[in-house]
Amino acid sequence: MLYLKPKKKSAGQAAPDWPILFDQLAKSITNPLLQKFYQSGVVPASTTLADLPMIALDIETTGLDPSRDAIVSIGLVPFDLQRIRCREAAYWVLNPGKPLASGSVVIHGITHSEIQSGPDLIEVLPELLSALAGKVVVVHCRQIERRFLDAALKERISEGIVFPIIDTMEIEVRFQRQGLLQRIAHFFGRSPESIRLAASRSRYHLPHYTPHHALTDALATAELFQAQVAWRFSPQTAVSELWH
Amino acid sequence: MEVELVEIADHFRRYEPFDALPDEVVQQVAAGVEVAYYRAGSTILTFGDEIHEVYFVRSGSVEVFRRNGTLYNRLEEGSLFGQMSLLMHNRVRFPARALEDSLLYIIPEEIFNQLCDEHDAFADYVELGDRARLRQTVSRAQQTNELMRTRIQQLITREPVSVPVTASVYEAARQMTEEGVSSLLITAAEDSHQVVGIITDRDLRTRFIAAGLPLKVPVAEIMSEELISVEAQQYVFEAMLSMLRYKIHHLPVMRDRRPVGVIALSDLIRYESQNSLLVVARILRAQDVEELKGLKQQIEASFVRMVNEDANSQMVGSAMSVFGRSIQQRLLELAQEKLGPPPIPCCFVALGSMARDELLPGGDQDNALILDNSYDPSAHGDYFEQLAIFVCDGLAATGYPYCKGGVMATTERWRQPREVWSRYFSEWIEKPSQEALLNSSIFFDLDGAWGEVEWVEQLKEQVANQAKKSPHFLSALARNALSRTPPLGFFKDFLVERDGKHQNSLDLKRRGTAPLAALIRVHALAAGSTAQNSFDRLDHIRDADLLPLGRAEALRDALEFMSVVRLKHQAENLVQGVDVDNKINPESLSQFDRRNLKDAFQALSNAQKFLKFRYPAERGPRRGR
Repeated sequence: MLYLKPKKKSAGQAAPDWPILFDQLAKSITNPLLQKFYQSGVVPASTTLADLPMIALDIETTGLDPSRDAIVSIGLVPFDLQRIRCREAAYWVLNPGKPLASGSVVIHGITHSEIQSGPDLIEVLPELLSALAGKVVVVHCRQIERRFLDAALKERISEGIVFPIIDTMEIEVRFQRQGLLQRIAHFFGRSPESIRLAASRSRYHLPHYTPHHALTDALATAELFQAQVAWRFSPQTAVSELWH
Repeated sequence: MEVELVEIADHFRRYEPFDALPDEVVQQVAAGVEVAYYRAGSTILTFGDEIHEVYFVRSGSVEVFRRNGTLYNRLEEGSLFGQMSLLMHNRVRFPARALEDSLLYIIPEEIFNQLCDEHDAFADYVELGDRARLRQTVSRAQQTNELMRTRIQQLITREPVSVPVTASVYEAARQMTEEGVSSLLITAAEDSHQVVGIITDRDLRTRFIAAGLPLKVPVAEIMSEELISVEAQQYVFEAMLSMLRYKIHHLPVMRDRRPVGVIALSDLIRYESQNSLLVVARILRAQDVEELKGLKQQIEASFVRMVNEDANSQMVGSAMSVFGRSIQQRLLELAQEKLGPPPIPCCFVALGSMARDELLPGGDQDNALILDNSYDPSAHGDYFEQLAIFVCDGLAATGYPYCKGGVMATTERWRQPREVWSRYFSEWIEKPSQEALLNSSIFFDLDGAWGEVEWVEQLKEQVANQAKKSPHFLSALARNALSRTPPLGFFKDFLVERDGKHQNSLDLKRRGTAPLAALIRVHALAAGSTAQNSFDRLDHIRDADLLPLGRAEALRDALEFMSVVRLKHQAENLVQGVDVDNKINPESLSQFDRRNLKDAFQALSNAQKFLKFRYPAERGPRRGR
């Protein structure tokens, strides 16, 4: 394992003051479900990782564009630094309401009939929001989860959603060796191979899991974060150093 | 909500005792676990803490300690720990630490208790913990011997010295002199990491000076090309086995297919006071049968010393087999001095335990002769009969009793041309009758000892190819392998062989190692393996996924433990100056050994049940036991 000096989070990406933002949103939002979600609040920015309630989230989609593509499945596993609680895990296959390209069927291993019989996101929203409420969401590559959920909600209830996120991929990038080649590749928009979920996990000697199942990926992400904290941070690290 | 955690359930299913649970139960277990990552070196359980869970090692490895801090057990992927503490008033009795980065699946007490209550197989497994016990005993025994604990890389003191294959012998010799080495690696012209050969001081003497070659002759002409090498990660005893087996004194050491050094016999000598290789050298120098007879004592002394130094059974078995093969070889050379060279090419074949590298003192000689297809009984018959008589008599005189079943080169049926041998094997495999196989299964452990040994390799290939495609043959062989069962009740009521002479004793070969070797042979042939040694065969069986996960390892431990008990018993026989046998008196065993032996018998019994299930009896009456 390499010990590299972490890069500081760049100033342009400073996280919002989440507790204040949640307070404001709880007052301004009209949808009762979202109102309840924001009312349950956020932990203070000074909370240490040791005391942080978290939930790993992974969503699988029909494609990469939130305006065109839709969510097909969601996996959730609540955890903290000590334990990942599979008993409280949740998994839904959703009906995206849009035709599914056969390619993504292959990737997710989900069949058309499963999707046809699946509920719409709106039906699972109460359960989803109450699972997320009060916890910090941990994902691998935050753009997908954040943008798709926001877009899907706007489409259905005309109001979007924001929440603090810890991104295990971003953490890997921070500790990546920034060689010239990587920087060039990055410049051309290619994300370095080595920060994908499976590759990141193998760096911490985590076992191989079959990818692209939302629940497995959520579990894999939770395990990865535990490993990242064990190697890169400490239980006393404040959540403000990690969340976005 | 309970959701299906495919990844976790699938992994549980691969390991005992979960493999015996119904699918839906495994899914419930998976859905109820907690998961935790432990960085290498971090503490998992602390002595005296309250505990309400059982831990399953998903990846990495975990060390469990006794209260006084000594290592109790080292657990790999698929192992459980914490169950004893759970059963003992919910207090941690054995602290645990992550040896490597480890991912653990943690099963809550209520699920664990439910599994124990509702599934006998699960309860038996966790309460007995027999395999872990046996594993622990075997690995502890191996750690006491320096040969088996030291890795080859620790012996490497310098980079390997090499020249490209295009160099002349003169350049090679100068290089050796400058560097002060007794061997030199020869590398490919275009890639200095690719070793293509080796030369030694001795090669310079015998193949160069004695042959009177000119100085500029390329080194390629005198190098040894069929390179035997070892890996840096292997243990010193494995290097020793290679040197013994191939009668060589220098071994290139490789890592990632690149040479990282060379070790010589002199590097190993300090690990073994009376080196077995020196015994081999004496055998090969013996002038006549009388002198060979005189070496029996040295061989026995070598055996007793290896056992006392806690060598593992593979090492002892290999060394004893090399001694036996060397004696055979020397007898064949002496026979030629007397009878003249063979009129046609031939191959002397070792069978049974010698071919498996598992020979022990007092083991019968089992051998055969393969002759060239031009064999003409009237012209050559007499010569080969005389040769066989000389060698078999010589073996009997030097401590290898005649085979009671007549499986020896002196029996005309076992002294035949290649085509006949090929037909023998085809017939055994194509038209297997249990009776025929009962007497011929010994031929499925074969090894070329002298002469045209590649013929034997071809026979092994033939057997490996035909056998795996012949379910009838495998079934018949399996039936044979099941004809002797381990004495499970042995320690309960001392139910032992009552043949008068050895009352209250147990034949550990007949009821233990022999049926286990037979069982391993069936699976190995089914896997298409050409390996002969039981441990090598187990590796192939494991790689071919023929047994449920973890079983191959369990059988390895069982074989090792039974063999070691046998070895110790025989060494004691020799020290006391009585005839060597395999009859173990249970009263002479410690409580500890008895328990382990019982676990080993249990492993064999389980494996026999699996064999029976895998190769069900075919039509026709079953043989009585």
